[in-house]
Amino acid sequence: MAEEVKLMKGNEVIAEAAIRCGCDGYFGYPITPQSEVMETLMYRKPWEETGMVVLQAESECASINMVYGGASTGKKVMTSSSSPGISLMSEGLSYLAGAELPALIVNVQRGGPGLGTIQPSQSDYNQACHGGAHGDFNLIVLAPASVQEMNDFVDLGFELAFKYRNPAMILADGAIGQMMEKVVLSPIKPRRTEQEIIEQCGDWALTGKSADRNRNIVTSLELDSAKQEIFNRKLQAKYQTIRENEVRYEALNCDDAEYLMVAYGSSARICEKTMELAREKGIKVGLLRPITLFPFPTKQIKEIGGRMKGILSVELNAGQMVNDVRLAVECKVPVEHFGRMGGIIHSPEEVLEALTKIVR
Amino acid sequence: MANFEVEKTPENLVYAKPRLITDNTMHYCPGCSHGVVHKLVAEVIDEMGFQDKTVAVSPVGCSVLAYNYIDIDWVEAAHGRACAVATAVKRLNPEKLVFTYQGDGDLVAIGAGETFHAANRGENIAIIFINNAIYGMTGGQMAPTTILGMKTETCPYGRTPEQHGWPVKISKILSELNGVCYATRQTVYTPAAVRKAKKAIRKAFENSLNKKGTSIVEIVATCNSNWKMTPEDANTWMEANLFPEYPLGDIKDEAAK
Repeated sequence: MAEEVKLMKGNEVIAEAAIRCGCDGYFGYPITPQSEVMETLMYRKPWEETGMVVLQAESECASINMVYGGASTGKKVMTSSSSPGISLMSEGLSYLAGAELPALIVNVQRGGPGLGTIQPSQSDYNQACHGGAHGDFNLIVLAPASVQEMNDFVDLGFELAFKYRNPAMILADGAIGQMMEKVVLSPIKPRRTEQEIIEQCGDWALTGKSADRNRNIVTSLELDSAKQEIFNRKLQAKYQTIRENEVRYEALNCDDAEYLMVAYGSSARICEKTMELAREKGIKVGLLRPITLFPFPTKQIKEIGGRMKGILSVELNAGQMVNDVRLAVECKVPVEHFGRMGGIIHSPEEVLEALTKIVR
Repeated sequence: MANFEVEKTPENLVYAKPRLITDNTMHYCPGCSHGVVHKLVAEVIDEMGFQDKTVAVSPVGCSVLAYNYIDIDWVEAAHGRACAVATAVKRLNPEKLVFTYQGDGDLVAIGAGETFHAANRGENIAIIFINNAIYGMTGGQMAPTTILGMKTETCPYGRTPEQHGWPVKISKILSELNGVCYATRQTVYTPAAVRKAKKAIRKAFENSLNKKGTSIVEIVATCNSNWKMTPEDANTWMEANLFPEYPLGDIKDEAAK
């Protein structure tokens, strides 16, 4: 079949990719700058085409708990929101991780704190990657830098979520969600049949207690702390497996580089231009773009960044990922942060100026 | 005392533990209504032949561990979110019997939003609502259904409307919504009441399967431990104080029309 290429908004393509990858249900609540996700789904009426359920919930709190309910029956379910809405969902994220349920959550970030602004930001990095809710847990976090990756990471997010029975998050931002780009749409995958769900998830999912198995219970409650610690160790071992197997990143111009920029999402796109400008000036700079934020490319940054004279972590926030970069290079290389806040997007020239300051 | 042996045969066996009640020791206090309601739920599911087609949602509260006692698939929801969880379970599995089992704190306080909107959408779920006018699991604090003057750990001098507002009649409120097909108040403190409550639970479950909308079966219940009474006194107190506030009987029954 010929490739389907379209010009689409990042938010719209999330909806399109969900339908195409055989998603069973979407539950959401309107919030700028990601409302097009649910709007597109409602226009597309996938319930007529694939049987996918689309429901507007009364709150983000309800929508994440709908995701929890749907996921408990082994279905491929998702939600999307933006920063303040994700804060409301954080209880549910902890429960999903605690009950080891697969689900996909899309955060099209805007500037905070509080109600903040509706313009792009990356200030939820710590929330997504370092907890953001109670208990020792991690989300699998994917950071798209293009509309194409918004498309690709829906399927990838579900794949990883089911592989590890863990919630996965696409951590985008208002720029990636709102901008239009050419995108190659994914091939259509049918939704799994009830029988396929039983085969894939029958040992834990609520498919109905049949005579051939014990009842399945989805819960994160364990009153015996000795058993709860054993469960926590199992979770931590799972996160370690994810760290060892699922790191994804892109390294540009790192081979001859003396300086390194580390950036993800829309900030990485800006840094590509900065790299061009810097190299024209004779500054040998490379770009390392984490694609997975959890697992973080710690080893790769240590290896590549360790050779550098200096590193600049460029984020649309006050400096969050910069701490993970410093830990990765064990503070053996100077690491600085540059970033604008509150919905302001830095220009390539501003980043270049910040980069010039670390060049010695 | 005379010694005589009775041979147990199917003919002379008049009562048995419901097949779907597990052998786990229940954590409920002696005198609590939960045990009876669990029994009814288990009996109805078995009689309907729906063990393999039921997904139940347990709440946070005394019945948080309900999944240990009834042999069906269960999901344990975050506090108050049972109706949102059940919404998706039912929408994605429309042929399943889906019900929530919730207390007054879970359903009416922290979960009021989820309860109201699930009912307003007419989700095809049944809500089994245990109203004992107090928080049990956390040790006897005021519930939204605590009646005026009633003393709890967080209103030790008695609930007053000035400080705490009035008791919420949630089944009555929900019955006003078009999405709700059946709202009833029952109790389980006498054999006759138990039989009526069982019929109500069966009707609610059938409504879920027949996609009639949301059903709520409120069980006005005792919590003798936190009321600090004997089980017998708790029954008497419930009759004298809770029934006038929460009158028994059907509030709405559209399926009957």
